[in-house]
Amino acid sequence: MDAMLLSRIQFASTTMFHFLFVPLTLGLSILVAYMESRYVKTGDETYLRMTKFWGKLFLINFAVGVVTGITLEFQFGTNWSRYSAYVGDIFGSLLAIEATAAFFLESVLIGVWIFGWKKLSKKAHARTMWLVAFGSNLSAIWILIANAWMQSPVGYTIRGGRAELIDFSSVVFQKFAIVKFLHTASSAYTLAAFFVMGISAYHLLRKKNVEFFTKSFRTGLGFGLIFSLMVFIVGDINGIVVAEKQPTKLAAMEALWNTEKGAPIYLFAWPDQEKEENTVEIGRIPGALSFLVKHDLNAEVQGLKDFPKDERPPVLLTSFAFKGMVGLGTLFILLTLYGWFKRNKLLESRGYLKLMIWAIPLPYLAIQLGWIVTEFGRQPWIVYGMLKTSDAASPVASSQVLTSLVAFIVVYTLLGIAGFTLIIKNARKGPQDEQEQTPAIEDAQVAEA
Amino acid sequence: MDLQTIWFFVWGLLWALFFVTDGFDFGIGTLYPFLGKKEEDKRAMINAMGPLWDGNQVWLITAGGVTFAAFPLFYAVMFSSLYSALMLILFALIIRGVSFEMRHQVDSPGWRKLWDTCIFLGSFLPALLFGVAFANIFKGIPIDQNGVYHGTLFTLLNPYGLVGGLLFVMLFMVHGAIWLAFKTEGEIHDRAAFTATALWPVLLVVAVAFLVYSWFATNLYANYMANRSLFVVIAVTVLALLATRLFLAKGAFMKAWAASALTITGAVFFGVVGLFPNLFPSSMDAKYSLTAFNASSSPLTLKIMLVVAAIFVPIVLIYQIWAYKVFSGKITEDEMMY
Ligand code: HDD
Ligand code: HEM
Ligand code: HEM
Repeated sequence: MDAMLLSRIQFASTTMFHFLFVPLTLGLSILVAYMESRYVKTGDETYLRMTKFWGKLFLINFAVGVVTGITLEFQFGTNWSRYSAYVGDIFGSLLAIEATAAFFLESVLIGVWIFGWKKLSKKAHARTMWLVAFGSNLSAIWILIANAWMQSPVGYTIRGGRAELIDFSSVVFQKFAIVKFLHTASSAYTLAAFFVMGISAYHLLRKKNVEFFTKSFRTGLGFGLIFSLMVFIVGDINGIVVAEKQPTKLAAMEALWNTEKGAPIYLFAWPDQEKEENTVEIGRIPGALSFLVKHDLNAEVQGLKDFPKDERPPVLLTSFAFKGMVGLGTLFILLTLYGWFKRNKLLESRGYLKLMIWAIPLPYLAIQLGWIVTEFGRQPWIVYGMLKTSDAASPVASSQVLTSLVAFIVVYTLLGIAGFTLIIKNARKGPQDEQEQTPAIEDAQVAEA
Repeated sequence: MDLQTIWFFVWGLLWALFFVTDGFDFGIGTLYPFLGKKEEDKRAMINAMGPLWDGNQVWLITAGGVTFAAFPLFYAVMFSSLYSALMLILFALIIRGVSFEMRHQVDSPGWRKLWDTCIFLGSFLPALLFGVAFANIFKGIPIDQNGVYHGTLFTLLNPYGLVGGLLFVMLFMVHGAIWLAFKTEGEIHDRAAFTATALWPVLLVVAVAFLVYSWFATNLYANYMANRSLFVVIAVTVLALLATRLFLAKGAFMKAWAASALTITGAVFFGVVGLFPNLFPSSMDAKYSLTAFNASSSPLTLKIMLVVAAIFVPIVLIYQIWAYKVFSGKITEDEMMY
């Protein structure tokens, strides 16, 4: 295998791994900050215990999120050096801003939060967590601006054999970036909400710490209801923006081969990239696609055949990932709506609680599918319409990349197992008892081992 | 001064800030198996860096990001050339980063031993490899006109590179031991203070060796010879190193730490000043070298980034110093979190 292909595999697996932890950080930081603020305001000890219990899960997750992020920052140089040299003038500055404006905030203040329980006033301590949440989400804004620029390059000119910046504000404020942030952030908040609801459901089923977990569940539920609706609404707008900027991606998402007026959506379609057609098509909804992306039943939508064969993304993967994401998004709304009606009789709704435990991994899945749509749908371009992925890799020996790839797989597998095992173990154990809960993260008392 | 020159020195400053801040973490981690005899000692050592290491590490991300933003071609060529060395550093940092969180999660000796080893490797390896990498940059890297690297990981492990690595390890160990002495009391404090004093002569020897070796192995002194007043940089560095010892003798650990921080900054600037305007000199042909002028971003990007840096770096420093203040007291048993 050549270095380019190996680099693609390595970059895809390391970003996707990073993004197993990022969304929980983005969402749970806000929830923990909210819980701590409630404690400061009401003096209700349950909120303090909630802060500590969910805070502990947050910290394990955060640790893995941080260490997996560092490798990404440098892979643009190690593995995509030609890309970096070509677009660094624009892309590099966004990463540098992210580090100085956002990463410091979250990383410095998380240390203060963990160790500062006795050093700061209650109010100042709660404020630290809000700043951590703010820093995390700010970092998401900047990295997504960078990613949006790869999807839809703006504000540049080609000069001296590379892309040079001419208009910074059009890079930062382009529609794609804003929509991308809103969609990704709300998907992350949905994930955090399901995480909190699922773990609470586990304990409610066992009738342990009922008050604690009822409060937690309801906090998650309100959050989840709002943001699962938002992720859906912004997702729709996202589709419109994709249709405008990346017609090949849109056509691949919907497996649309021919340019059509009144283009349909299929509930199920099995595309065949070679034959340039769908071998199976079920549930044709005429005009639906035109309506969705142009708000006009008869509007024309470009099909894949309008583009050269070597400029089409992998259709099967893109379309399946897209349908999976949308299906799951619909399910999340139904689950949170149902929960809303049952919110006062949670303990009796055992079936629903069981379902919510099983629902924990689903937002994780939906988010990964979303990135598959975004990133594979962008192929074969690394910067859409400007630079091909095949022209972007570093001139390094493939043996080097193979070695690092194998090392990543080994280390990340172990890291993933350790991270999730610890999260699950601590989640199962539940909150600590009143007497022994003074310092936030006590040295581990081992229950079973 | 033109934008490229300003950025060249800002770039050096950011790396220096990284080595000053995370340097003591690397140092404590390297000393960890030797000083951490009892469990309380180990926990004291981890807690001495606990609240701060994560924020310190961001200086690396910033230095990397700024390299990318200000000198994209350099970022591209440097990190692809040093592929394996950088990957090793990154894996070491991953391991170190999770060790602190993992170690206290399960109460079994085997589990702790595993993470103890990881803390050591995750601190020692980056210290060594950063030194090796920077020494090789001072010396010149075999890159051709297309920025393609002709060598392997082992090319970097030449004698000069290794002396550079050793220098960094010694600098950080002394720096870390001083911080530990500053943060602790009792037995571990005495041991840390003793270690700093005992390692100091070794550091002195390595530092002098490096300065002399650089005369023969690199072109760094060309700038100094052309403009003799630049020797101030070396003089300040050596004075800072001597001051470190003086403050140690007086038991003024805060001051000793500041002097050691200045030594590290001086060591970085010794190289940066000597390199200018080269960022990545080619050992194959000077024509292929990447400089602050042929590898930089466009003037617009440099300007925007300068504004960003002028606003955010001071803000970051303010709240980071605040965090250091919050945790400047001696560690006591009931405040240990790990
Ligand atoms: C939508 C959000 C998002 C996305 C798409 C990415 N990240 Fe990330 N990243 C975060 C959101 C985030 C975060 C929430 O800010 C993290 C996750 C866990 C954490 O602790 O901070 C983080 C951590 C994190 C760190 C460590 C920061 C620290 O020490 O605090 C680095 C260097 C990166 N990331 C770099 C990247 C790069 C180069 C990416 C692109 C390929 C990337 N991240 C994708
Ligand atoms: C964290 C969430 C992300 C996930 C899960 C993700 C996923 C992926 C996947 C699956 C690929 C492989 C595509 C292929 O090789 O066919 C890829 C490639 C890539 N992505 Fe992302 N991505 C994420 C965020 C980002 C961001 C924020 C950026 C830029 C700022 C980015 C830049 C790239 C680059 C440079 C490549 C390699 C070149 C390519 O294959 O196109 N990714 N990513
Ligand atoms: C329910 C209706 C949804 C629609 C119509 C929708 C639409 C889209 C579209 C069009 C993209 C591609 C954007 C691009 O290529 O740049 C996308 C990406 C993405 N989706 Fe969705 N989505 C929906 C639900 C969800 C859900 C439920 C989640 C997760 C909880 C989710 C997570 C993501 C993520 C993480 C991305 C990648 C980031 C981005 O490009 O914005 N989506 N979505």
